[in-house]
Amino acid sequence: MATGLKIKTAAELRTNYLRREMFPTIFCDGCGLGNVLNYTLWAIDEVGLDLDRTVFVSGIGCSSRLPGYINADGLHATHGRALAFASGIRAANPDLTVIVFTGDGDGAGIGGNHLLHTIRRNMDVTVILVNNFTYGMTGGQSAPTTPDGGFSSTTPYGNIEHPLDICELAKALGAPYVARWPVVSPAQPVKSIAEGIRKRGFALIEMLTPCPTAYGRRNGLKEIEQIWRWYREHTVLLDEWEWVEQFGSPEEREALRGKLKIGVFQDTERETFEDRWAALVAREKL
Amino acid sequence: MSTHRELIRRALGPRVQFVQGDDACAYGAVLAGCTFFAGYPITPATEVAERMAEILPRIGGCYIQMEDEIASMGALVGASWTGAKVMTSTSGPGFSLMQENLGYAIMTETPCVVVNVQRSGPSTGQPTMGAYGDMMQARWGTHGDHEIIMLCPASVQEVLEITIVAFNLAERLRTPVLVFIDGELGHMRERLVIPDDDEFELVERPRATDRASYRPFAPGPDLVPPFAPFGSGFRTFVTGLTHNEEGLPRASSAAVHDQLVRRLAAKITNHLDLITRYEEFYADDCEIAIVAYGITARTCRDVVEEARRRGIKAGLLRLISIWPFPEHIVARWAERVRAMLVPEMNLGQIVHPIREAVAGRCVVKPYARIGGELHTPAELLEALEALQWQPA
Repeated sequence: MATGLKIKTAAELRTNYLRREMFPTIFCDGCGLGNVLNYTLWAIDEVGLDLDRTVFVSGIGCSSRLPGYINADGLHATHGRALAFASGIRAANPDLTVIVFTGDGDGAGIGGNHLLHTIRRNMDVTVILVNNFTYGMTGGQSAPTTPDGGFSSTTPYGNIEHPLDICELAKALGAPYVARWPVVSPAQPVKSIAEGIRKRGFALIEMLTPCPTAYGRRNGLKEIEQIWRWYREHTVLLDEWEWVEQFGSPEEREALRGKLKIGVFQDTERETFEDRWAALVAREKL
Repeated sequence: MSTHRELIRRALGPRVQFVQGDDACAYGAVLAGCTFFAGYPITPATEVAERMAEILPRIGGCYIQMEDEIASMGALVGASWTGAKVMTSTSGPGFSLMQENLGYAIMTETPCVVVNVQRSGPSTGQPTMGAYGDMMQARWGTHGDHEIIMLCPASVQEVLEITIVAFNLAERLRTPVLVFIDGELGHMRERLVIPDDDEFELVERPRATDRASYRPFAPGPDLVPPFAPFGSGFRTFVTGLTHNEEGLPRASSAAVHDQLVRRLAAKITNHLDLITRYEEFYADDCEIAIVAYGITARTCRDVVEEARRRGIKAGLLRLISIWPFPEHIVARWAERVRAMLVPEMNLGQIVHPIREAVAGRCVVKPYARIGGELHTPAELLEALEALQWQPA
């Protein structure tokens, strides 16, 4: 596939970017978080970020452990509040690049209000939101993203709540960059994370990430190969999705049910909080 | 080009003003070098935020209004890690929401100043009325073992001065410092004289200088680790998990946890000489003492004078720093007096550490008043007179 990306070996990324004393990771076999880390480092390399001037911020949960593995400034904050901490960093020092790792529970459950307002202000942060449909670190409870009918330790009879589409929310709030990809292949996530970092303004990259241990085993997706295959088979590219919705047969349209739309949903420009604040200071400073 | 200090002077305006306690708090913060404020509107603390919103852009700082007090406290910690001096202000309901991230600031040794302009609780209570009902929440509100520094000024002038002290202590000891006033003091207007720069001290947090030997949470001899702001190339990992001196999580180690949490506490309690502040009236010749703090203490000074005119050997111990509790000072008074009257605008909170410090050496009589009204001089005088006849 002609992606235009430089191919990075794991060894190269490891040597240049990782905090070795933190390894091995806490992640389970078959977890996609290692891939998310790999793609992020690859994207950082692609963009040529100076890690001395980059801060990785996170909340609490499996995905929020990622900043600890990167040899840079990191702020492993409180549950759900990563975007509030990140906003403080950006507002106080807009010269620093801020990349946030969060999960579906952390970022869209307990932290949902911060997500809403950080997008509204358009803080220039890149948010990599790892969605595994569950609270993995606490052993697999239902999350705001747990699919309709999904089983978890707190929905033992199936989830009766409607799941949240985080990308639709971000899009509606006017986030300048919104994308969703499964971790099962690297090229698109790497490109999107790089675009998100380059984007002046709020960028959300939702990574659909398998959790065989806490979610998969309760939903017939316990085997690693099986759950990774599920992500290939249950994700549909935006263009294809829209084509089927418009021109597809009833059978084809029916086949979309229970599947997830992937792609770049929004790529636009909007003034950031930081730029507007700088303009205000330029005007009002004595 | 004017210097930053000159900008501050120009932003604050005339040297002598007639302003509220909330205004004085904002002025003190700016004089102390505060360049970042995150907050959320709440009565009776809103004016602190309003003043900061006016002043900070004029001196090149940043004001950000967050979506709630949880976010305010989070943004404060993030901003402090860039090296900025930071403050937020709130009242009871908001202070409740801040507790978790306040604990995070303690655990991660993040300098910050949190102002609570107290109102009557619990819950929404009496938003416009003064109270001192959060004194124990200040001490134990966030979960886990910890020490906290809390200061309680009693006049508009002192609010300014104590806010500067709060910043200095936060920076010096790398810890959150609480400034607690109340709706009365926050909204009361008094003459304020803005001090010149040579009239107060300005303290900066200890800075790490050598990248090669840098261990983010390895303390110096005073138990305070040198600080390296984000973006300085020192590559610090900050976590609220129990961490070793490298800052890396060691959440299952009893030894690391014990060492860390004891050091965080000792870092405060070893510096009582820097923290403890109080005022004494008639300390050498006192039989019946009033021990008071905050706005209540103002009434007490007049009451003591009047009692003396009536032949009662009264005195006043006004506590300015409440946490860590100045046990040694109260204990010294307990040696000399027969009784202590403890008027508080709550149902009896600081009377507990007072009793602990007194340890039965004299009578301790609480005088609780809630509902938003201050103790009157007449009723305090009556209480002093009654104490005179109480058997030891």
